[in-house]
Amino acid sequence: MIQPQSVGIVAPQRARFTVPLPLRSGGRLDDYELVYETYGRLNAARDNAVLVCHALSGSHHVAGTHAEDPADIGWWDNLVGPGKPLDTRKFFVIGVNNLGGCYGSSGPNAINPATGKRWGADFPFVTVEDWVDAQARLMDLLGIERLAAVIGGSLGGMQALSWTLQYPDRVRHAAVIASAPKLTAQNIAFNEVARQAILTDPDFHGGHYYEHGVVPARGLKLARMVGHITYLSDDAMAEKFGRSLRHGKAVYSYDVEFEIESYLRYQGDKFAGYFDANTYLLTTKALDYYDPAFEHGGNLAAALARATAEFLVVSFTTDWRFAPPRSREIVYALLHNRRRVSYAEIDCDAGHDSFLLDDPRYHAVLGAWFDRIEVQP
Amino acid sequence: MIYRYDYDVIAQWIEPGEKVLDLGCGDGSLLRHLMEVRQVQGYGVENDTDKLLACVKNGVDVIQIDMEKGLAGFEDGFFDHVIMSLSLQAMHNTQGILAEMLRVGREAVVSFPNFGYWRHRQSILNGRMPVSESLPHQWFNTPNVRFFTIADFDALCEMNGIAVRERLAFDEGKLILEEPNFLASVAVYRLGRP
Repeated sequence: MIQPQSVGIVAPQRARFTVPLPLRSGGRLDDYELVYETYGRLNAARDNAVLVCHALSGSHHVAGTHAEDPADIGWWDNLVGPGKPLDTRKFFVIGVNNLGGCYGSSGPNAINPATGKRWGADFPFVTVEDWVDAQARLMDLLGIERLAAVIGGSLGGMQALSWTLQYPDRVRHAAVIASAPKLTAQNIAFNEVARQAILTDPDFHGGHYYEHGVVPARGLKLARMVGHITYLSDDAMAEKFGRSLRHGKAVYSYDVEFEIESYLRYQGDKFAGYFDANTYLLTTKALDYYDPAFEHGGNLAAALARATAEFLVVSFTTDWRFAPPRSREIVYALLHNRRRVSYAEIDCDAGHDSFLLDDPRYHAVLGAWFDRIEVQP
Repeated sequence: MIYRYDYDVIAQWIEPGEKVLDLGCGDGSLLRHLMEVRQVQGYGVENDTDKLLACVKNGVDVIQIDMEKGLAGFEDGFFDHVIMSLSLQAMHNTQGILAEMLRVGREAVVSFPNFGYWRHRQSILNGRMPVSESLPHQWFNTPNVRFFTIADFDALCEMNGIAVRERLAFDEGKLILEEPNFLASVAVYRLGRP
């Protein structure tokens, strides 16, 4: 046992792919790039690689810090590092920014090599399955035939599940956390409100706002505010903000009065300052489209029959955006296919955001599960 | 060890390669045993996070659900055996879980401490609630919520149309053939649909 540590300073890497990638939307990317980071060392047997898939607003920067910005800590730094549940002394961990992202991989805010201009709204629709295809090509490039594990939360969990269906021979274990086999109508509804906020922003310009030197910041801010409400639990919000009034009493104004208003506006403004609106649109659509049971007449067990990996499924009691019953659907579908699966339902009050926190029981289960994975020295 | 012969009896009723569900599986040691001696495909059900963690460490697949709410997610007849080892007395919904076990399993295996064991009776006669190897807790901290005898359980099975395929009773690791409701501290049942 060692004291959990950071992986330290890390540098993103970039891979270019020139073999065309067919997309589920019918489109195609002829020439694209993926940015990624790695932590730990790939062993000689190349059997200790773990892919970490990011969710809606995540990136390839999973752990550690960047030399030019020490405050830029990876989004799952509490999970990944020496002595942490996903221990980089044992595993070679990979984070990759998905296609359509805005952190350096090919996406709407990147240059379209065919035109020399930013893609904008012309960037094709991408799905969870397309992301997994692109990730698999990156694994080819890194010389990784078979992943020890793939792990993701929320939309990342959908990618982890999809890996086991698209490339069953290339993944030994999958951790699907705070996720779902498909979104509910209510969940799609939240995404649609977020998209409409962006699409109707006068600065959106049909997705080609870059050329106008503006960004649809108001729309993106609103989208994030809606999202944030759904990521927190009622209890957590009540505990954190309650009905606290900035002025101690009602002043009858539309400026910030309740502290929750201040919090949402702050989070919305912050997000609108760095995230790309087109990426937000594309990514929420990828969430909405994901439904591996669709082509099996809605029969999830039939859809998951292809999987051979060993699974860990985790949900959180107060997560109402990706509620425990959605995770249980995955668990029972796997079990009835006689697949190895364990399921933990963690009692945590932080709602959907719980998967990013370091609840000790949650991390203990993840740590024990990763310990169980056999790799060559 | 009370668990040892409980486990051995259960293992004898399991065919190699069966699908087995263990309700209230604790740290997964029974399933581990059945995986080793019967190569079963086993899943545990446990609602205690610490025990769930122990299962993961033991390499036993475990599903965290509250059994009191039934086994709704499991298909009819999916398992060859559904086991509940020394946990039935800690369940409120006794009849419900027995029905659920026989819905999702071809057979159910149930073991429980016999409240009618002579030492327990003696203790009650002396005015104190029994504390023994099979009932190790004090009345104020016991997880048990149902106190019943072998005769009580037989009557419940009869009333609910549950077929008792086999019943073995033990005291201190020895099989008890005569007067089990008086002389046995633990009973193990193999149950089926009528």
